[in-house]
Amino acid sequence: MGRKLLLDKAHIEGIRYYDTYRNNGGYAAAEKALKSMSPELVIEEVKKSGLRGRGGAGFPTGLKWSFLAKPEGVPRYLVCNADESEPGTFKDRYLMEFLPHLLIEGLLISSFALGANCTYIYIRGEYAWIPDILEEAINDAKKNNWLGKNIQGTGYDLEIYVQRGAGAYICGEETALIESLEGKRGNPRIKPPFPAVKGLWQSPTVVNNVETLAAVVPIINIGGDEYAKYGTGKSTGTKLISACGNINKPGVYEIDMNISVEEFIYSDEFCGGIPNGKRLKACIPGGSSVPILPANLLLKTAKGEPRMMTYESLNDGGFATGSMMGSGGFIVLDEDQCVVRHTMSLARFYHHESCGQCSPCREGTGWMKKVLLNIENGKGKMTDIDLLWDIQRKIEGNTICPLGDAAAWPVAAAIRHFRDEFEWHVTHPEEAMIRNFGLAHYADPLPVVATAAAV
Amino acid sequence: MAVQFSEENLNKVKEIIARYPEGKQKSALLPVLHLAQESFGGWLSAESMDYVASLLQIEPIEVYEVATFYSMYNLKPVGKYLFEVCHTGPCMLNGSDNIIDYIKETLGISNGETTTDGLFTLKTVECLGACGYAPMMQLGKHFREHLTKAKVDEIIAECRSKAN
Repeated sequence: MGRKLLLDKAHIEGIRYYDTYRNNGGYAAAEKALKSMSPELVIEEVKKSGLRGRGGAGFPTGLKWSFLAKPEGVPRYLVCNADESEPGTFKDRYLMEFLPHLLIEGLLISSFALGANCTYIYIRGEYAWIPDILEEAINDAKKNNWLGKNIQGTGYDLEIYVQRGAGAYICGEETALIESLEGKRGNPRIKPPFPAVKGLWQSPTVVNNVETLAAVVPIINIGGDEYAKYGTGKSTGTKLISACGNINKPGVYEIDMNISVEEFIYSDEFCGGIPNGKRLKACIPGGSSVPILPANLLLKTAKGEPRMMTYESLNDGGFATGSMMGSGGFIVLDEDQCVVRHTMSLARFYHHESCGQCSPCREGTGWMKKVLLNIENGKGKMTDIDLLWDIQRKIEGNTICPLGDAAAWPVAAAIRHFRDEFEWHVTHPEEAMIRNFGLAHYADPLPVVATAAAV
Repeated sequence: MAVQFSEENLNKVKEIIARYPEGKQKSALLPVLHLAQESFGGWLSAESMDYVASLLQIEPIEVYEVATFYSMYNLKPVGKYLFEVCHTGPCMLNGSDNIIDYIKETLGISNGETTTDGLFTLKTVECLGACGYAPMMQLGKHFREHLTKAKVDEIIAECRSKAN
């Protein structure tokens, strides 16, 4: 069994409620931080832990915190990014639904470290039942003096509020989130100034993902050095992976970042293999924006080494032969899936979610969707494949926020690794509508476990 | 329908505004629009939006630009039960297209349409964050997951019996 730091108590009945959480060691980290540590010391521990942002970008959290401007007489804010919207990702939902007090405790310690007295949880609007769970947890924490005025007699005050979004992927981008929290359209801001200097209502602001803030609790409990012993290299600690697509056991798994991708997919402790004896065709390992990889490159790097579930290993080979850890949204495609169709659905997603500010993204995403739909429907031309490549190149890096890149990468990777499947759609227009291209050479040489599963 | 919040909802609006620093009541716009949509028939008419603007002391245009940006705000009337079915990648891998076709067939409507009895509206939506429990739809406040044709039948029957 892998070691757990976040979900170690998730199986305890009633852990959602204050009393059970508290009786099982909850709020011990908050007590330790508020009563025996200075804010600087908390930040120091987080730096030592090597914790990297769990929302997708993987930026070192302690470093992000140290950028926060601290002008006299200006309030500072912590905002929890719970706008989980990256296709394939549903880990934060799990944390908030089942371990709300873990998040509240993480928010309390982090707010204390940053000197914030008012903190907002911005949650995607569709998670409409979760604010009730969070608000109940906030009220119970308040009743027990973990929130409100003079927390546990330390003189520190903190209020936490939950704000619901209303359906916009772009609000997961931190400056769009801030705009939305100010009651505006979710249009990302031009940086600089960065939120750490001018964020919410022009005040210094830190925006962190749910899982990142929850991870602060075990870091304080066991210490940054101990936390850094989990994982591998610069991928310290544990990571929540939300696994979905064609696997036997979809769900949220906490992994110690030292296991292989092969083990994650085929072991019964995690995904449990591919259903119906099918073979693995491809996988998007870190949420829909990261490059899709064919089975052979997913399980082994181009150097022939086993690919591991770490930030570095998933990125091994760059975008030519690698992918990214991203948000941990792990999407598995079996041999019956059509990569063109899947890519079209992602292009449609990004077109729908583009905020419309930058023309390369606003126009480019719609254009890619149309071209992909044509190819999928057997109406494509060979030149369309080059056209798609050209469009994605002109979006990437030419927009205010990373949504443009996020829309470009899936299309680029699909063409890079599955060009013959695109070409087959063009040369076999009648068949493209009724059957799939299949595995071709992507799984060749077949991984041993995949062959075993297919028997 | 006269557009006016109940006493209870007006108190809720006050409570929401109190979450932000003084003068930042515009931040209450998204939550108050949710409240307006729930209170005034499941959609936002120009009248409802103007009312929200007056409550928050902002210009109506500031409300319109927000209401038209976010996909959860309905700018046209919808049926009593809104089926928001996800069709993004992970749901598609698990057969969401078949579920959508089945709903269309069963209810006799296309995407974006409402049944003539005003009970059901079908709307395809992009990823709702339930990829591991696909295919799925949002119905009101909650998600309905692991959808099958039989489950869709059950949900439709459940809605019909509630409506009677």
